[in-house]
Amino acid sequence: MAKSIDVSDLNIYYSDFLAVEGVNMTIKARSVTALIGPSGCGKSTFLRTLNRMHEVIPGARVEGKVAVDGQSLYDASIDPVEVRRMIGMVFQRPNPFPTMSIYENVLAGLRLNNKKLSKSDADAVVERSLQAANLWNEVKDRLNKPGMGLSGGQQQRLCIARAIAVEPQVLLMDEPCSALDPISTSAVEDLIHELKEQYTIVIVTHNMQQAARVSEDTAFFNLAATGKPGRLVEMNPTKKIFSVPDEEATEAYISGRFG
Amino acid sequence: MATLETAPSTGASLRGARLPRYAPALAGALSIIAAVLVGMLLSWSIAGIVVLAVLIDLIGLTTWSRLVENARAAKNRLVTSLIWTSLGIAFVPLASLLYEAVSKGGSQINGRFLSWTMRNVVNEPGGIYHAIIGTLLITFAATIISVPIGLLTAVYLVEYSAGSRTASWIRFLVDVMTGIPSIVAGLFAYALFSLILGPGTQFGLGGSVALSLLMMPILVRSSEEMLKLVPSDLREASYALGVPKWKTIIRVVIPTAMAGIITGITLAIARVIGETAPLLIICGATPSLNYSLFHGQMASLPVFIYYSYTQPGQNPEILQNMAWGAALVLILIVMILNILARLAGRFFAPKSGH
Repeated sequence: MAKSIDVSDLNIYYSDFLAVEGVNMTIKARSVTALIGPSGCGKSTFLRTLNRMHEVIPGARVEGKVAVDGQSLYDASIDPVEVRRMIGMVFQRPNPFPTMSIYENVLAGLRLNNKKLSKSDADAVVERSLQAANLWNEVKDRLNKPGMGLSGGQQQRLCIARAIAVEPQVLLMDEPCSALDPISTSAVEDLIHELKEQYTIVIVTHNMQQAARVSEDTAFFNLAATGKPGRLVEMNPTKKIFSVPDEEATEAYISGRFG
Repeated sequence: MATLETAPSTGASLRGARLPRYAPALAGALSIIAAVLVGMLLSWSIAGIVVLAVLIDLIGLTTWSRLVENARAAKNRLVTSLIWTSLGIAFVPLASLLYEAVSKGGSQINGRFLSWTMRNVVNEPGGIYHAIIGTLLITFAATIISVPIGLLTAVYLVEYSAGSRTASWIRFLVDVMTGIPSIVAGLFAYALFSLILGPGTQFGLGGSVALSLLMMPILVRSSEEMLKLVPSDLREASYALGVPKWKTIIRVVIPTAMAGIITGITLAIARVIGETAPLLIICGATPSLNYSLFHGQMASLPVFIYYSYTQPGQNPEILQNMAWGAALVLILIVMILNILARLAGRFFAPKSGH
């Protein structure tokens, strides 16, 4: 079920400003692809173009092609809402819906999309999603409490549970651990390991150890120069990137020397 | 370590002389005693004594602090006292108004007052049931008219306009609308319904239309502020689940802002429920009960108060006392609305889980 993504000659704009230029990339199904690079190089921007969240920002647009299993996402006939149902997303800051309980948060994607669920089906979805997000044991006795009452790490795992409850085929994660402590981070990383059996995962991270730990492939983004658009410098299997990268710039970034 | 021990002598100490905790209270008490003594000697009025007490307190406490503490602390004490003084001044009209309304109107309120109308009542106290019903119906209809329009305008401004020129024009016009004098709104409704239904038509719904003109700008601006406060993270979370935009607004954005929107609605109601001028023109006045918003003149509390006070008839005492009673009822209605809105706000507020 999981899908692969082909990106070709992708230019990403905010109004007239070219933010990311000429990305060509293939993201393999049922594996974890990490996007690394300095701040402002367009990793998150690129990630958001993969499920058409980019165009939520006024003036933002793209040129080029993003194809999921051969279907071009930016065809005129494609409904962005359907794209986002197929390609889920987890954000940098945990953002559970404040008016909903833990239970309702997990079901939000289904309920808001008018899926009619029987009580037993709903219970099953909630349990399965929370189990998958490694959160079930911590919250099973307080499912009707507000989602905002959880700790930051728990909230983030709740958001992951919410994202996988709608059974997307691809899961995009935008620095999912940057607001979390090491223990919660480790819980989320374990989760990523389990999820990649079923899902295609793309994760943006600033933490190079994390990229090395969780991903099969790594893509390194960088700015050509200050004020120039970001671009994909190199994409290779993670083992290769962290030992013998093809590019000098990658080597410099990974070893802590810039430029 | 030597440097640490010598630190206090070089002025790096964190210690300094401080006034005792009871200093402001003591200064206040002493100022009041001093002002009362002086005032009694010179036989001043209460207002004079209060002003003198405040002045003595401001000067005394600041000087005391300047002598014992330092310049910054003295400034702090001065400004703190000024802030409390301003608070006190702001409370004077409120307290005096409540006192007047309760003392003059409280004795009026009884079963007869609340359940009778003024139909065929001459030279004896009647009731204001017809005016209460009129005010509630007219205001309720005004709310029904203005809440959907106001809320939808706010939704357009926040969610759909994205800084377009239309949006800035709407904002400008809404601001202009805020400044419409209420009597002009009344004249507008009167003229409108004169054109549609024939000259001189007076009925309850016309009053609702006039009041909704006054409510709408308040609703638009308050709802707009509340919708803006909803973090865009939540919208993105919803979009990323494949939820369409309209459903995101209805199921995520508006519920999150609901508590604030309800407060805004209450404030708008409180703003218009006491409007007299527009209702005077478009609803007229009647001593009888009228349950129909669509037909016939309709009484309301503000108009009743106005006529009872300005045209009290042969026995002015009776109607003027009733006017005070009606004023108190009007205040109570607004107060009850506020309490209900607070409860509703607490009910809808995002839960923190603690």
